[in-house]
Amino acid sequence: MSAAREYFAAIRRAVVSLADGLSVTVSYLLRRPVTIQYPDRTARPVQSMLPERSRGLLEVDVDICTACGLCAKLCPIDCIVVETGKDAAGARLHTRMDVDLGRCMFCGLCVEGCPTGAIRHSNEFEGGMARVENLVVSFLDAPRPPAKPPKKGEEPPAKPRGSIIRGRLPGAWAPAGANAKPPATPGGAA
Amino acid sequence: MRLLAEHLAAAWDLGPLGRELLSAGLILLTAVVVFAVALLVAALLTWLERRVAGRVQSRIGPNRVGPFGLLQWLADGLKMILKEDVVPAAADRPLFLLAPYPVMIGVFAAFATVPFSQLLIAADLDVGALYLLAITSLVVVGILMAGWGSNNKWSLLGGIRSAAQIVAYEVPAALAVLSVVVMAGTLSMQSIIAAQGGWPWEWFLLRTPFGLVAFFIYFTAAVAEGNRTPFDLPEAESELVAGYNTEYSGIRFGGFFLGEFANIYLMSAIATTLFFGGWQIPGVTPAEQAGSVGWQALGFLVFGAKAGVGCLVVILLRWTFPRLRVDQLTALCYRYLVPGAFLCLAGNAAWVMLVPRGSLLDRAAGYGTTALAGALALWFVLRLRHHMKSVGDRVDLDLLARGDTRAAFDPRQQARAYGRFRRRSGEAS
Repeated sequence: MSAAREYFAAIRRAVVSLADGLSVTVSYLLRRPVTIQYPDRTARPVQSMLPERSRGLLEVDVDICTACGLCAKLCPIDCIVVETGKDAAGARLHTRMDVDLGRCMFCGLCVEGCPTGAIRHSNEFEGGMARVENLVVSFLDAPRPPAKPPKKGEEPPAKPRGSIIRGRLPGAWAPAGANAKPPATPGGAA
Repeated sequence: MRLLAEHLAAAWDLGPLGRELLSAGLILLTAVVVFAVALLVAALLTWLERRVAGRVQSRIGPNRVGPFGLLQWLADGLKMILKEDVVPAAADRPLFLLAPYPVMIGVFAAFATVPFSQLLIAADLDVGALYLLAITSLVVVGILMAGWGSNNKWSLLGGIRSAAQIVAYEVPAALAVLSVVVMAGTLSMQSIIAAQGGWPWEWFLLRTPFGLVAFFIYFTAAVAEGNRTPFDLPEAESELVAGYNTEYSGIRFGGFFLGEFANIYLMSAIATTLFFGGWQIPGVTPAEQAGSVGWQALGFLVFGAKAGVGCLVVILLRWTFPRLRVDQLTALCYRYLVPGAFLCLAGNAAWVMLVPRGSLLDRAAGYGTTALAGALALWFVLRLRHHMKSVGDRVDLDLLARGDTRAAFDPRQQARAYGRFRRRSGEAS
């Protein structure tokens, strides 16, 4: 008797659970898809939809960078190069601020360590290049004196997120060396 | 067909030889038309499958080629034709090359007896239902050829599995068809439809409770015979790569693919014919329908709509249920479907013998079964509503949405909806 009961209970269980499962998938069939049709059918650029703390390509604001070199020391794969020199009067000069985005693994250690917030993640992510050497982005056009560390309670003016890197990424099909840094000026004034 | 042939022969005043040539030409023409229709239906079903799959997974699906992606199948077909047709060096060459043809013939030849409307049928055979069961068995020959000819373990296992599965599931399918044939008293597809009525309680599905069970048995068995998920053991990706398809590429793979999709429509069309009253319109008798072009067109649409819903259900099954194990597959067939099908056959046969057609009991059974099916449908809709509300979502029937700018992703809204879902399920448990 119990075998018969089990037999029919199995049929009932199968029918009910299968129909319930089907109703779940049908309910999804009736809902709106969540797909974002990157890149050409979004209401606004995908960059502006990304969360605030998303880790995009690195960018450096040399106007507030003190050239302390902490980011280069923190980087586990040494993709940041910071160099300083001296001008004719013996004052410090910020001579090089390069980030190799092709090697960057977006760990964010440099951003956490930066005392002034000069290096940060942008919301830019479209870094496709025909030539990988073009991914070495130079943020310093010419040697300049590094910024002074901000005083206590002073907040340096922040540039809009992504505005710096956007102007410095060459086009995807740019010729080789489009990003080559300006010739070094050893010890000389700008 | 025969009517048309005689009409033309009389009009053109043909001799015996001319009549033979005329009928041969008409048969050839019909074959080409049936093949073209079946190909078109299969191609459109690939589009439907991908769109439905997309929506079920909260995606959009193909939407770039043509309006709503409707021409995607043209692009896919072109790709398949242009691809290289690789034959493995160790393959049994003739078997390997010929294997897609029995599969396609088995499915496409069955389209000859699909009654698209009262007059639109390529061949209304006296043994239509029997012919369908017989000709679709040809598919297994092709699959075995592919499995053996590929000289590949995956292909061979897939072919053998498929053969075992189709042979097993032909028993309940044939018995379920037989339980309808008993009610109709004929094997001809058109006569089976004519024996039903336009209203749901006049369909063989709902006239007796046995019909309802027989339909589910037939549908399950048909899905299993078509090697569709959840019975896709012969081409299970996670176990057999692609089963008997593994070594096929290019248009030969396309042959198997189109055969599979044409089969979806075929099983829905057969179910419509046997259980859902085919082209019958509620309140219109077959005699009235035969004389009017308008009713004919409406009947054609009614049949198409019923078969289309069937296709949609088959597709949804694929995106809902996980695959069965081999032992579960066999157990389902021999422990549940075969005894159930025998019960339905015996029940329907006893019904035909004992209950006069149109008697009070006969009509009460029809209304009762219809009410039961309606209650089941209502339960399904309530479950549907529950699943929508539990995540705080709304119905968006814009099924053909091109998914343009409106679907902008809002992470905060998603987070809110998820939080609501978790709170509710927390209350429930």
